[in-house]
Amino acid sequence: MPRPYGSGPGEHMLKLALQRVILAVFTLAMVAVVVFATTELLPGDVCTAFLGRDARDVERLERCREERGLNRPAVERFGEWAGGLLSGDLGTSVIRDRPIADVIGSRLRNTFVLGIAAAVVGIPLAVGLGVLIAIKRDTALDVTISSTALFAMTLPDFVTATVLVFIFSFVLGWFPAVTLINVNAPIAELLPNIILPIMVLTFVMVAHIMRLVRTSTIEVLASDYVQMARLKGVPFRQIVWRHVLPNAMLPAINIVALTLGWLLGGTTIIESIFNYPGIGTLLLNAISDRDLPLVQSLALLMALIYIGLNLIADLLTLALNPRLRTLRA
Amino acid sequence: MLRALLRSRSGVVGISIVMLHLVIALIAPLIVPYDPSAQSVRLALNAPSSQHPFGTDHLGRDVFTRTLLGGQTALAITLISASLAIVWGGMVGVALGFIGGRIDELFMRLVDALLAIPWLLFLLLIVSVLGRENWVLIVVLTFFYGLPAIRIVRAATLDFVARDFITAARARGEGTLTIVRRELLPNVLDVLLVEGAMQWSWMLLGFSSLSFLGFGVTPPTPDWGLMISDNTRTFSLYPWATFYPLFALSSLIIGINLAADALAKALGIDRTQGAPL
Amino acid sequence: MNTPLVEIEHLRVGYRNASGEMIHVLRDVSLDVSMGESIGIVGESGCGKSTLALAFMGYLRRGSERIAGTVRFDGRDLFALDDKALTRLRGGQIAVIPQNAGQALTPTLRIGAQIAEALALHTTLSPKAVSSRVVELLMQVRLPTPEVLARRYPHELSGGQQQRVAIAMAIASQPSLLVLDEPTTGLDVTTQAAILDLLAGLQREMGVAMICVSHDIGMIARLSQRVAVLYGGEIAEMGETQALLRKPLHPYTRGLLAAIPTIHDTAIPRGISGHPPIFTDYSVGCAFAPRCAHADETCRDVSPALDLHRSDDVRQVRCHHFASLLEKTPPPPLNRVPSVPPGEQHSPLLELVDVSMRYGHDGIVEVIRRRMSNEASDRPMTVQAVGFSVHRGETVALVGESGSGKSTIVRAISGLMRPLAGGIAFAGKPLAGSIDQRPQEVRRAIQIIFQNPDASLNPRHTVADILAQPLRLYFRLNERECRQRAAALLERVRLNTAYLTRYPAQLSGGEKQRVAIARAFAAEPDLVLCDEITSALDVSVQAAILELLVDLQRERGTAYIVIAHDLAVVRALADRVAVLKGGRICEIDSVDEVYAPPYHPYTEQLLASVLQLPAHAANGAGYALPTYTISPSR
Repeated sequence: MPRPYGSGPGEHMLKLALQRVILAVFTLAMVAVVVFATTELLPGDVCTAFLGRDARDVERLERCREERGLNRPAVERFGEWAGGLLSGDLGTSVIRDRPIADVIGSRLRNTFVLGIAAAVVGIPLAVGLGVLIAIKRDTALDVTISSTALFAMTLPDFVTATVLVFIFSFVLGWFPAVTLINVNAPIAELLPNIILPIMVLTFVMVAHIMRLVRTSTIEVLASDYVQMARLKGVPFRQIVWRHVLPNAMLPAINIVALTLGWLLGGTTIIESIFNYPGIGTLLLNAISDRDLPLVQSLALLMALIYIGLNLIADLLTLALNPRLRTLRA
Repeated sequence: MLRALLRSRSGVVGISIVMLHLVIALIAPLIVPYDPSAQSVRLALNAPSSQHPFGTDHLGRDVFTRTLLGGQTALAITLISASLAIVWGGMVGVALGFIGGRIDELFMRLVDALLAIPWLLFLLLIVSVLGRENWVLIVVLTFFYGLPAIRIVRAATLDFVARDFITAARARGEGTLTIVRRELLPNVLDVLLVEGAMQWSWMLLGFSSLSFLGFGVTPPTPDWGLMISDNTRTFSLYPWATFYPLFALSSLIIGINLAADALAKALGIDRTQGAPL
Repeated sequence: MNTPLVEIEHLRVGYRNASGEMIHVLRDVSLDVSMGESIGIVGESGCGKSTLALAFMGYLRRGSERIAGTVRFDGRDLFALDDKALTRLRGGQIAVIPQNAGQALTPTLRIGAQIAEALALHTTLSPKAVSSRVVELLMQVRLPTPEVLARRYPHELSGGQQQRVAIAMAIASQPSLLVLDEPTTGLDVTTQAAILDLLAGLQREMGVAMICVSHDIGMIARLSQRVAVLYGGEIAEMGETQALLRKPLHPYTRGLLAAIPTIHDTAIPRGISGHPPIFTDYSVGCAFAPRCAHADETCRDVSPALDLHRSDDVRQVRCHHFASLLEKTPPPPLNRVPSVPPGEQHSPLLELVDVSMRYGHDGIVEVIRRRMSNEASDRPMTVQAVGFSVHRGETVALVGESGSGKSTIVRAISGLMRPLAGGIAFAGKPLAGSIDQRPQEVRRAIQIIFQNPDASLNPRHTVADILAQPLRLYFRLNERECRQRAAALLERVRLNTAYLTRYPAQLSGGEKQRVAIARAFAAEPDLVLCDEITSALDVSVQAAILELLVDLQRERGTAYIVIAHDLAVVRALADRVAVLKGGRICEIDSVDEVYAPPYHPYTEQLLASVLQLPAHAANGAGYALPTYTISPSR
């Protein structure tokens, strides 16, 4: 069969993948511009924040701005900032008087520990439940799980957290209500203290993924090829594993990426409820301190995580879906 | 359509809950027994009684009064913002889907970029700098919640633009505006309606989260998110001060979701796609 | 007589609709299939034929239920078997060849793996033997390079190849019964002919019994020894294929056969008015009575039984009056007279000169890459240097297989897509490439009707709204005038004015297409572009639409450009025919020249692929013995 563009499937796939990567980098660059522009457009700058009430002293304010080069044109400063980012230099936190990379470092690790732990529990659970209730569609089991999921999805996460804390911490007394741990505590010490936040995160995220998996599984179950497999005499278990799952999982990859992005980008509210030293609480602090360089870096970091995960999801879909991977006849 | 909606039991329940909340929010100032911000050390953290059916909070304020009034600000701000969000999101979405090509591609990248930035961060930042003015909240909520609406409406538009009845209108030589108004909008309206209902519930979530973090409604204005956050520390000992606002907020959001789900089902739209976290 | 392989007895299947009513899909079907026998089941959409096909495998769609009756395979009642026994039987002794193989193959599994799955389940071959058997099977269905194809995914194959894979999968277990559900839907005529050849060959070689379900009588005639005509969920008539086609007894069968256009005949076939019934209760009277010209009180009150009738063959007929109807002759087909003899015209209405077109846009990344490397786009031309003309009142047909560029040419004429090169003139003046640049008068004069009325009518508009749009746009009529004109238009397309307030979803396929035609004629056009406008319709409905088109043309002297893949439809409708291949015109001439020897080689190939019923006999009552050989080149 002649191939229309004279290139093999491997080359085709590489081209598609490259396209996705370029688009992701482009989007990230746009995020950088937007983040910088917003902080620039808002009234006040690093110096007004740093000096606080002293900023009324025009002379001191000017001197501060002079020292930090804030009087130069915005484009020039953006160039400098972006250049720094590219070489891995996030700049310095004015308020905290430390390199931003240091401030973020261990807190990012903490957020990742929490997020990954929740993902490891939640994603398989969500997928399993989603497929199960799709197969048992419209039974009592499906109705029960689906409506619980609707509740879990619609309640604000601070409500979920409050209720779970009440049950597990106060009524049952199993877990501490607040995580009293050092920012730099080793992971082994961290984990036993964060079982409750992990439970809250899992509860909130499972619903979204499960609902999508249920829908896409039902769609695949109704497809011609599943009917064909039944008419071919394939046992039901084998139909589910070979014919249904690989196809039903494809649309789920994206929502899994979105969920991971939410988990790893710092779940601000849940971290703040449990007083957990992650980047979510750091962000809250940075905002109340008006630590603009830190806010900028955090915003960019969170966008990077989000875009990166979406890129991985795109590439994974590309790799797993033969219809995208190879050319049409 | 309304009949189809009222045929589903969960739709009726959902709509009733939402209507009840709206009515309470409207008449609450007329029926509440106390001044919502009247404090009293003597009355702090009293259990529910005949004088204070929902008890009092840590500052001795009447929880019943504050719960009834606590939805007002949130409802007003989110209703306005949700309507504005679907109007601007819908307009841009329809335009992009219709124009297509490079302009569409470029704009969608920008929307992607904006969606990649945690909106809560932006909101917090802007509110912390500009103050907790209602108009600031409305502008920011409208802007950020319009973004997912753009995506969804654009996708719906793209779906219809390729259909033959639009091609037929084009081949007839109808003007673009006529095509959009007459052929496209009646079809996209369903999606917009469901999206609007969803936006409203997400916005309530977002707004109460803001209040919970202390960036939403200015104290001492009664607000559910704020009330929950004020009283969680004492939740185990004096649960009523947290429970009633928590119940009020949750029931409203669940009500909206039930109604939106029933609406989507009645209109035949798949809602599981594209629910932001 | 042999003991039957399958016995279906009094089978009744139905489903409950949204309001809980039982809808009867199959109403008392009884049918025997002997070993090695090939039976065709023919019927129009909604007659229950797919449900019957699946019932042969003991399978019901989700939501359907068996109300009564049995399906016995080899003496065993399929609906009484447990899951385990059924899975062993399905794909083992009974195999299915599905409708639209492209969707019936699992997209994430390689071709080889899917065939191997069937082998692993139903044979005792070792894993090693399985993989060599896969290659053998692919060879047996005449696929080239089987080793390579086995490693491919379904979407990498063409439609015809996918269908061959599905056949390979079905015969893998050497079944004793093959169920074919519309096995060639959506394939080009030449591919369709090749697949039928393959199936007929396999049936001979393997001696397998075959059930072939289709709306296409030509296909059934090619594959089946006996045929059952299904109408309203029951068998209306059954007999030996040749005899039944030669001398149909049931009024429905007669109507159905008369509705089929043939490539031998320029006449417009007769349609059957009305549409098939939906049964909410089991049975009241004859199912066909509401549409039957000969129905009387008895027909409406008493359900006819499936009676035996012996003449040339053993025939079963479900009609009270078939014997007396034999004497009556059906109305003759309509002969089409060109409204304006082509010879009397000098300047053409429309003229295309060397039009070339190409599809699609390159993405941004692609454009930048080309700019940088100075490459020209390497996407092939869809239409290359096409030229032809159309006169007033004339019908020109564009024929060719998918991808031949016929739809693209129509897009250029309608102003939806700009030609890359060449020119189009309309009424002596050059025609702007884009609809936006054409004067209102020209826009009005050229109208288009699409293939699928489901897509071309806005589901949110009433019929009145739909018809008002061109009236408002071109004639600036007010609300009241629009309504009057819309009502008049509906009458012209033979629809009741009560339809004005209905939405498209409330109309049948044929009615929708009539509304679409009325919309085009609302503009009082000089040229109407018809893009496969009957291919989504049943034959009995198609015939009525063709008749309507001819009548409308006679009234107004409108010219048509018709795109159709069905060469018999083209023969009935067209004055001149352009045969396209790969974006070029390979032959253009009057319809009689194109359909008669000496043939252009490609035209001959197309004509040879048509599954043709014989020409109507002189009195139109019966049919001459058909010759179903696919002719080698003459």
